[in-house]
Amino acid sequence: MHRTGELYGQFQTLEQQKETATLGMWIFLVTEVLFFGGLFLTYTINRSTFSTAFGIGSNTLDITLGAGNTVVLIMSSLTMAMAVWSAQVGKKKLVSIFLMATLGLGTVFLGVKAVEYKQKFDHHLVPGRSFDMKYHPTHPLPGDDPKELALEKKEVAEAFAHDPDINAHGQLYFSLYFGMTGLHALHMIVGAGLLLWLIKGSFAGRFTPQYNTPVEIVGLYWHFVDIVWIFLFPLLYLIDRHR
Amino acid sequence: MSEHIVSPKIYVAIFLALLVCTTLTVWAAFQNFGKFNIVIALAIATVKAALVVLYFMHARYSPKRTQLVIVCSVFWLAIMLALTLTDYDTRAHEGRLTPANTCVTVLDSRTILALRRAH
Repeated sequence: MHRTGELYGQFQTLEQQKETATLGMWIFLVTEVLFFGGLFLTYTINRSTFSTAFGIGSNTLDITLGAGNTVVLIMSSLTMAMAVWSAQVGKKKLVSIFLMATLGLGTVFLGVKAVEYKQKFDHHLVPGRSFDMKYHPTHPLPGDDPKELALEKKEVAEAFAHDPDINAHGQLYFSLYFGMTGLHALHMIVGAGLLLWLIKGSFAGRFTPQYNTPVEIVGLYWHFVDIVWIFLFPLLYLIDRHR
Repeated sequence: MSEHIVSPKIYVAIFLALLVCTTLTVWAAFQNFGKFNIVIALAIATVKAALVVLYFMHARYSPKRTQLVIVCSVFWLAIMLALTLTDYDTRAHEGRLTPANTCVTVLDSRTILALRRAH
């Protein structure tokens, strides 16, 4: 394809090229909205049917880690937006710094997620053969809060009395939890790869006030992944905290 | 270039607004508003998403056709959610997920055969 600098042959100006790329990215994001939308729909229907099991499952999540991760992700959106601004005003060094900050915060998010996943494995709360909501209250791990544990034990006992299939329905909650947060984490990993590519470009001084389309486009993707988490956090972590 | 450059001041203001909203949603989750807990949580999440789309993603300063695409995504999502939930909510019991018919799905085949024979 014919190309002059960063301008491809089918475009008249860099501005037109950027507008086209941005529109294309938005159309991709529409498909992503519907993709995640289907999962949110599945979640809504199952939650309205099995609210007890979903409430208990949700209360086993660590709200401090969840809220902390929300703040980390919002901060990474800010640094991403600042990277776009730095490119637009031609501060080449700042572009690299803000992109690396975004990547760093994204990595922190994924690390916290890994800690949370490990906790669920330790508590026998991963769907499968060893899944048992009664396991954790009777097998406390070092560092567990005894007050929280007593509350969880009482809740699980009440739920079993009310619905003997609570373990089956709890697995539905955790399948959705791992499915939705896992898919979100996968998007973050893809985003981290894109950021690495941008950082490489920024070191080469590729992004200027005239040409910064890749930073803008990856920014759109990164903010979208942030929005998915903005909905996941209250729906997964905060369902039944007002007990 | 005629593109609109959003100033860092606005970005930081939006960031602070998002932090306030996050605190608010955690606080609200621990209050008992009955059926409205979920409504409040989703309302706050929607406000946060709107702030991100409008400012971080520059939707406010984008060309009309890009804004149209964004509105379309919300519109199609609304169709999917509204029609599926209406269908689901107005069905008689056989189409629904009830504790009774989902528990069969976790039984092994021998139990299912025994259940069939008993009928």
